[in-house]
Amino acid sequence: MAAYDFVFDGLGLREWCDRDASPGPMSMADLLARGAGGQAEKSWMESLWELPFPSLDALNQACPAIARSRDLTRGLEQSFLNVRDPLRVVLDPITQPLSWALENALHVFTSTPWWIMLPLLLLLVWVASRSWTLMGFVGGALAFLLFVDHYTFAMQTMSIIFVCAFLCVLFGVPIGIAMSRSNTMQRLTIPVLDMLQTLPTFVYLIPLIFLFSVTEPKLYGIAIILYAIVPVIRLTDLGIRLVDKDVIEAAEAFGMTRHQKLVRVQIPLALPNIMAGVNQTIMMSLAMVVIASLVSAPGLGVLVLRGIRNLELGVGLMAGLGIVLLAIILDRVTKAALARVNAASSVPRH
Amino acid sequence: MDKNASISICNLYKIFGTQPLKALEHVRGGMGKTELMTRHRHVLGLSDINVEMKAGEITVIMGLSGSGKSTLIRHVNRLIEPTAGEILVNGENILTFGETRLRELRRKQMSMVFQHFALLPHKTVLDNAGMARSVRGDDRAAYEEDACGWLERVGLGGQEGQYPHQLSGGMQQRVGIARALTSNAPIMLMDEAFSALDPLIRTDMQDLLLELQQELQKTIVFISHDLDEALKLADHLVILKDGIIVQQGEPQEILLNPNDPYIVDFISDINRARVLRVRSVMDVAPVAPPQTAGKVDADATLESVIALSGGDTALSYEVHRAGAQVGYLNMQKLVRALVPTQAAQNGMRHSTRTNSD
Ligand SMILES: Nc1ncnc2c1ncn2[C@@H]1O[C@H](COP(=O)(O)OP(=O)(O)OP(=O)(O)O)[C@@H](O)[C@H]1O
Ligand SMILES: [Mg+2]
Repeated sequence: MAAYDFVFDGLGLREWCDRDASPGPMSMADLLARGAGGQAEKSWMESLWELPFPSLDALNQACPAIARSRDLTRGLEQSFLNVRDPLRVVLDPITQPLSWALENALHVFTSTPWWIMLPLLLLLVWVASRSWTLMGFVGGALAFLLFVDHYTFAMQTMSIIFVCAFLCVLFGVPIGIAMSRSNTMQRLTIPVLDMLQTLPTFVYLIPLIFLFSVTEPKLYGIAIILYAIVPVIRLTDLGIRLVDKDVIEAAEAFGMTRHQKLVRVQIPLALPNIMAGVNQTIMMSLAMVVIASLVSAPGLGVLVLRGIRNLELGVGLMAGLGIVLLAIILDRVTKAALARVNAASSVPRH
Repeated sequence: MDKNASISICNLYKIFGTQPLKALEHVRGGMGKTELMTRHRHVLGLSDINVEMKAGEITVIMGLSGSGKSTLIRHVNRLIEPTAGEILVNGENILTFGETRLRELRRKQMSMVFQHFALLPHKTVLDNAGMARSVRGDDRAAYEEDACGWLERVGLGGQEGQYPHQLSGGMQQRVGIARALTSNAPIMLMDEAFSALDPLIRTDMQDLLLELQQELQKTIVFISHDLDEALKLADHLVILKDGIIVQQGEPQEILLNPNDPYIVDFISDINRARVLRVRSVMDVAPVAPPQTAGKVDADATLESVIALSGGDTALSYEVHRAGAQVGYLNMQKLVRALVPTQAAQNGMRHSTRTNSD
């Protein structure tokens, strides 16, 4: 006797319901109910009080032809598995270069001797920031990581960030430009960006694990890129939309083509915003690369994971410190580069 | 490149809002700017504008703030699309131009000076001045000489390497002027091109413009707030109010025969002796006065003639132009021309002010 029997009886659907009634495996609740069976009839007050919401499970009790919610999740899984193979045929070749790039970057960063890598990185810091203090700090931080034997892990993390942030910029900036040019494009893209930004990071990993094997670097590469690409897209779009209307008007009045306008006016004037986006993107890559160690991303995240799994407090804390150092280095260097861009293109006084 | 480009604007309407065509019906039916705003939430930008801007002349557009001057000048290069009407440049309706032709027109035929300068903040003064040329595809070497020359001419020699934010407002405006001049297009659109300049530099720039005009005979559309400036520069003066042309014509003509209280109000503060010319008040009649005190030039100001006469109103002068005698000037008539139009003294000025507020 189920709560919604009356609905199906009343609608004359009883026959349809019981047509191929092969009662599925019983749930625990059913069993319990049966065990306690033979109860006295409930009063109508009581049955009203206990009336369940007409959910899939409740309806299924009354009419077995209706699917249970368990069937729903299974169906979802099944349909995902069905599209997986065709999807893989398409996605595998497209994303293969990502695996290749990550593998190579990891190889280059970790196999280059530290006495070559260190000066190269410091040179990069100098080019980006032109600041001796910052260079000194970065040198000190890297030397510390070398000293405590976390250097290789840090370089793995760094190499993944380099590759992923580079790809984020490579794809993010053009997408941002496209958004700034068309309101329709903006309307369509913003919900996707919102979703990417609000989905808990673990949730992305679920479909990705199904699509790619956990041993492939592109699995975590894609996860990081999807997560970190959002700010660079948003800020490119915003930056271009915020370019002074008067200047755009002048560009038009002197007959610039769309391309000239983009390259000579919009991108240079949006550069401070785009750089702010790049900074955010790099920081988010770092956050994600730690989580991605769950799906075999190498680097400091692996040590953190070990610290959690084996309750090795010291290992976890040390790796955490390494991550903090990397975060400060990346943030300060990109911010310094941003400040230089800002100084070069100040807005005019009116 | 056409050295003598003319512009004519026919029955031009511009209405800002979501349904301009619907609002256009009302405007054609005679609705004014304020009513259109309160009843239909549309801004009347321009209404039934007809202006003939002759090749080689300076057309000055005047009007109070918000009267639609910038809107009008932006139609000439289609930075703003009209709601209705035609814009002919060299006899061709530019509204029919596709993207490519419009771009060619903007690149080769027109240059523009902006009210708010609109310089590229990330480019040097030199590159800003050469912007029009570099858009056409010239490299720096090609435009450097011209650009430096014009920067020199507007008084910015030696500042080529600066960035706009390092300059004062007036200096930025002059970079904008140099940019338009370097483009060397036959049509120049100047939206309050001198408004940010101090009085001395402003006079210099006005003289520069007149001098250039002697040399190059460009077609110039000039917007100004300032009546003295307008009278000094204009071959043709257009006075706008609330998107409507209240009067247009030769400036001296407007000064002597204003047809609207608004204009009377506008011109009531001006030093008439300094702006009115002998040619505007002389008699062309062949009847020679009994005796003349001497010769004056047709383009001399009345002020100079008063100084010449020593204030004696009984005198008459022969008026000459380019060596030939063209008429006679009676001092009494001259003095009468100096009296501001009647309306201005009867408190018209105040009543129009309150009306327009
Ligand atoms: N994009 C727009 N949308 C709505 N209304 C506009 C727009 N541009 C101009 N207007 C309106 O058109 C009218 C004329 O503006 P315009 O900028 O042409 O004035 P102006 O004569 O150049 O004034 P100023 O001397 O202050 O520069 C104003 O009432 C203004 O509010
Ligand atoms: Mg204006």
